[in-house]
Amino acid sequence: MASETVVPINADVDVVVARQRGRELASELGFVPTDSTLIATAISELARNIVCYAKHGEILIKPVQSGDRVGIAVVARDKGPGIANISLAMQDGFTTSGGLGLGLPGVKRLVDEFHLVSNANSGTTVTIKKWKR
Amino acid sequence: MQVPILKQGQYLIASIQGALGDQDLVQLRDALAEKVGRLRARGVIVDVTVLDVMDSFASRTLRDLAHMTRLRGAETVIVGIQPEVAFAMVQLGLTLEGVDTALDLEEGLAFLDKKMKRSRSRG
Ligand SMILES: Nc1ncnc2c1ncn2[C@@H]1O[C@H](COP(=O)(O)OP(=O)(O)O)[C@@H](O)[C@H]1O
Ligand SMILES: [Mg+2]
Repeated sequence: MASETVVPINADVDVVVARQRGRELASELGFVPTDSTLIATAISELARNIVCYAKHGEILIKPVQSGDRVGIAVVARDKGPGIANISLAMQDGFTTSGGLGLGLPGVKRLVDEFHLVSNANSGTTVTIKKWKR
Repeated sequence: MQVPILKQGQYLIASIQGALGDQDLVQLRDALAEKVGRLRARGVIVDVTVLDVMDSFASRTLRDLAHMTRLRGAETVIVGIQPEVAFAMVQLGLTLEGVDTALDLEEGLAFLDKKMKRSRSRG
């Protein structure tokens, strides 16, 4: 099986690298192009949030398996300031930066599993999974 | 990656050639807003056919681009959004509201021509 990749996120160009890696792994695992695009788009949003709000972090992309299901997992983590109010941050349109506020809630709609842990001491980790159809 | 901007008649055509970072997109937006005035363009076409991801930042920047050029007297039309990209945009909640779009360059040109004619006849 394809192996995992870690993409360090330090600048806006890394957002492009991370989503390209995600697309590569997705197609390697046999995801249909539509789903590879959804995965790449989700990675783009999470990586951008790292650049925007935490400055530095990383995106880990890896294949996952559960029974006979094959999927892809993406872990976006940073040691930034954390998210003060998670339920607010998950609402469509909520932004502290003049963005569209669709990143986190949008990513949740793009994937099958979405998990967000964040606090002021340890930063933010978002874990998402998408299973092959 | 820089985006080449060509002048064709009273239109500016920007054809994105590959994946763009945020800075590249912002640069494109500002370059078009400036060129519209300097080259006295009435319409702008941004061809995004090669873009395989349109996230919220790209959407917002294209929307701002369209609004900025309109304030400078030119209409913008975004052409070439791929079907998978459109699907992902809808899921994310990106509507590009208030921004004109067309299937491809040809349709985009036809759209602008029609718009120019209409605004001329209105006087
Ligand atoms: N990695 C992060 N670290 C700290 N805050 C974050 C992070 N990701 C998101 N946020 C917060 O959550 C809000 C909503 O994020 P998002 O849905 O991506 O919208 P946007 O980025 O357009 O503001 C952000 O405005 C920001 O305040
Ligand atoms: Mg965001």
